Amino acid sequence: MSNWVWFHRLASPPSFYRTAGKLQWWFGVPAALLMAYGLYGGLVLAPADYQQGEAFRIIYVHVPSAWLSLFVYTSMAVAGGVALIWRMKLAEIYVTAAAPLGASFTALALVTGMLWGKPMWGTYWVWDARLTSELILLFLYLGVMALGGAWDDPRRGARAASVLAVVGVINVPIVHYSVEWWNSLHQGPTVTKFDQPSIAAEMLWPLLAMALGFTLYFAAVQCTRMRAALIDRDRDARWLKQAWGRA
Amino acid sequence: MSEFFAMGGYGAYVWPCFGLTAIILILNIILPRARHAALRREIEAEWLEDAQ
Repeated sequence: MSNWVWFHRLASPPSFYRTAGKLQWWFGVPAALLMAYGLYGGLVLAPADYQQGEAFRIIYVHVPSAWLSLFVYTSMAVAGGVALIWRMKLAEIYVTAAAPLGASFTALALVTGMLWGKPMWGTYWVWDARLTSELILLFLYLGVMALGGAWDDPRRGARAASVLAVVGVINVPIVHYSVEWWNSLHQGPTVTKFDQPSIAAEMLWPLLAMALGFTLYFAAVQCTRMRAALIDRDRDARWLKQAWGRA
Repeated sequence: MSEFFAMGGYGAYVWPCFGLTAIILILNIILPRARHAALRREIEAEWLEDAQ
């Protein structure tokens, strides 16, 4: 009895379609609750920062967006590898469905960062390593989106998009470590120093809730996006007629 | 209350960040759900045509 049976079952279109239809709610509802707590905790309960005053509250949307911009791309690279090696249709769909979401988070990280930079650094933008590599990340997402739609055959497009997802993942550690490798206006890591956290607990908990909430939000919306992409590709399939009670 | 919205003078930077994030996140919920519903209508209409 193979341990992979569950995987093959989930990877079949009908069971994925059914399971993802439930999962979008199992991810989405906790995401909404976590974000509601994160917003209240971040905007109301957390004290103002001793250096940045109330402006530091931008952290509660900036850091989760930036975290997701890296997480989504990394997950796309893994799925892209699976799509290229095993030709798995759901992995191809994962890559092209996630790209617009990742691009949204990257754009949010950039814009909220600019709006935070203006009052704190005195400028919206500097061409330093962190900001530049995050901008390149946005272009990588846009490239994956463009490649995914560049062929009439969606499978060819998805494979081209997967190649860029895999190759482009080299940029992810560059974004993450840029503040340590190069001099930057951007501050260093705050949250990931668990041995010696440089943030007060009543500031940290809402931030962790927002980060987890954004992650679950992504999982929920990704389920919805993959379901739509799947029925678009399998529109004449018998399983779909059965799923909708027409066969 | 107005003190809360002033955000210590940083309201013009803080609120656009939260507003923009809310708009993008909500759009990313609505648009894929609308796409799924539209595709389902379209595909079921195709089936009906094929059946006739």
